[in-house]
Amino acid sequence: MELAVQTIELTKKYGSFTAVDKVSLSIRKGEVFGLLGPNGAGKTTTILMLLGLTEPTSGEVSVLGYNPVKEPISVKRVVGYLPENVDFYEDLTAGENLFYMAGLNGIPVEGRDKKISQVLEMVGLLNSQNALVGTFSKGMRQRLGIAAVLLKDPKLVILDEPTNGIDPEGIEKILSLIRSLAKDLNVTFLLCSHMLYQVQRVCDRVGIMYRSSLVASGTVEEVGKTILGEKKGIIKFRPEKGVGLRQEALNGLDGLSEVRPLGGHFVAHFEEDKLALIMRGLLDRGFVPFEVGGKDYSLEEIYLRYFQGV
Amino acid sequence: MTGIKTIFWKEMADHFGSKRFLVIASIIVLASLSSAYGAIGSQELHSFGREYLFLSLLSTSGGTLPSFLFFVSFLTPLIGIIMGFDAINGEKQRGTLSLLVSQPIYRDSIINGKFLAALAVSALMIAGILALIAGVSISKLGIVPNTEEIVRTLVFYFATLLYISFWLSMAILFSVLFDKTSTSALASVALWIFLVFFVYMVAGIIADHMAPVTQNSTMEGIMKNERIKIMLMRASPAYLLQEISMAILNPAVRILTPLTAEKLQGLIPTPLSVSQSLMVVWPQLVILCALSIVCFGISYVAFMRKEIRS
Repeated sequence: MELAVQTIELTKKYGSFTAVDKVSLSIRKGEVFGLLGPNGAGKTTTILMLLGLTEPTSGEVSVLGYNPVKEPISVKRVVGYLPENVDFYEDLTAGENLFYMAGLNGIPVEGRDKKISQVLEMVGLLNSQNALVGTFSKGMRQRLGIAAVLLKDPKLVILDEPTNGIDPEGIEKILSLIRSLAKDLNVTFLLCSHMLYQVQRVCDRVGIMYRSSLVASGTVEEVGKTILGEKKGIIKFRPEKGVGLRQEALNGLDGLSEVRPLGGHFVAHFEEDKLALIMRGLLDRGFVPFEVGGKDYSLEEIYLRYFQGV
Repeated sequence: MTGIKTIFWKEMADHFGSKRFLVIASIIVLASLSSAYGAIGSQELHSFGREYLFLSLLSTSGGTLPSFLFFVSFLTPLIGIIMGFDAINGEKQRGTLSLLVSQPIYRDSIINGKFLAALAVSALMIAGILALIAGVSISKLGIVPNTEEIVRTLVFYFATLLYISFWLSMAILFSVLFDKTSTSALASVALWIFLVFFVYMVAGIIADHMAPVTQNSTMEGIMKNERIKIMLMRASPAYLLQEISMAILNPAVRILTPLTAEKLQGLIPTPLSVSQSLMVVWPQLVILCALSIVCFGISYVAFMRKEIRS
């Protein structure tokens, strides 16, 4: 698997304060990677180092084969970065703003209008091309930002807190936009966020930063395993109508553990790979399973558990 | 290279479209025109003889109105300040600076483009005003500036631009150093008031302290006091510009420090040639140039070293 971004023990110090501590990150080409962590964990500083906007104190970075410390312009030519709390010139229209950005990216004047309509179409703002950005909602500005990033046909897109301060409908639009862009354009995405639920839905892999270090990275499941340990599924079942709550009936059924009665039903842990056998066994013994909780890790849980533990 | 051009044209368009530019431009145009009309009615106008009528139009004060020179040294700093005080922190406050630095352009093209655009706007404005005054001179006095007058006016024009670029780079420096536009505006205006108005008083006080002048003072004592005062005032670019324009616009001026009557004996009061007038104020021109370069240099370095987060 080719890597879009690789850092080796990347460190950034401001005086005696270490903002980023030995972060070794690798992002594969074509994936949507989520860099997660509470505010002040060092996510933005890491991104700035990826773009050559600040110099690392030590460690190595490589972005799409370029070294951002030595060739920041080459990096910025292929990497689209949408900073946190970014905004546009309010007294210009969406089209004029993009025209300016296109100029800064060295897109020749002849092709600019076509390119601008194209990216506005992608983010669903084509109808607002001639509206002043001052009249735009926060969600629309964010989508305009994504349009500005797409102008340069990026190979890697970095979005810093793309859903900050946006209403649920706007968030929905942005997330589905990211998903579809990643699929259609085969662009690598790096999302940086503290909004776990949203990120979990669009990311292929995540990295969790906490207090300047990268504490885990991988798929949500892998990260869950490292942080929470092996998790067991939970099954709930009740006896058939008219039959009493008799735990002895379960004797001889393999794969269930920690069975305990709860109200009118039982709750138990089960072994994932024996689920079919367990279900059949329960039915044979006159029980009706009514809720099977898989062992999906939720980022929220990982987050809470990990950060409470530390 | 494309970056600096794009920023240059965008900034030019912004300045010409902004209300504050309109306000300062109309104030300066009105002040200059009224000073030229005032000078036409003045008795002093004809004191140099017909040969330098256009030049004396620029330096003569008519009745209640101060001369054009006065307006240039007092008001043109405001052009630089108004266009420069929010150059960097204004972008930051709007949230567009992080967008600019993440484009594939060298960072210095931002500050260079902004500086050059503001300088070009000032150059156009001052050239327009000088052309207007030439128009007044032609229509009211029937005098077309001769070649020497044009050359002298061009030297004066160049010195004025140096003067404006000093104020412009100072305002840009404040916009890099301070995060709030109101702070940088106040700091610029405070420095303007000090260097343009108060420096004369402060220089007088210090000179009187170092070389007190009493009724019994000898000629040497008075001269010493005067020399200290002038040396101190030369710290202000406003005074430098006044000296330069005095010598350039008045071919009779051959020395800028006080002289005793004996030293003037045997002097033939003929007008100086352009190159000789230039020799008189060459040090002042060099200092003015150096001040602008140093000021811009500091803001350039400060901006390049600044870390731009969001």
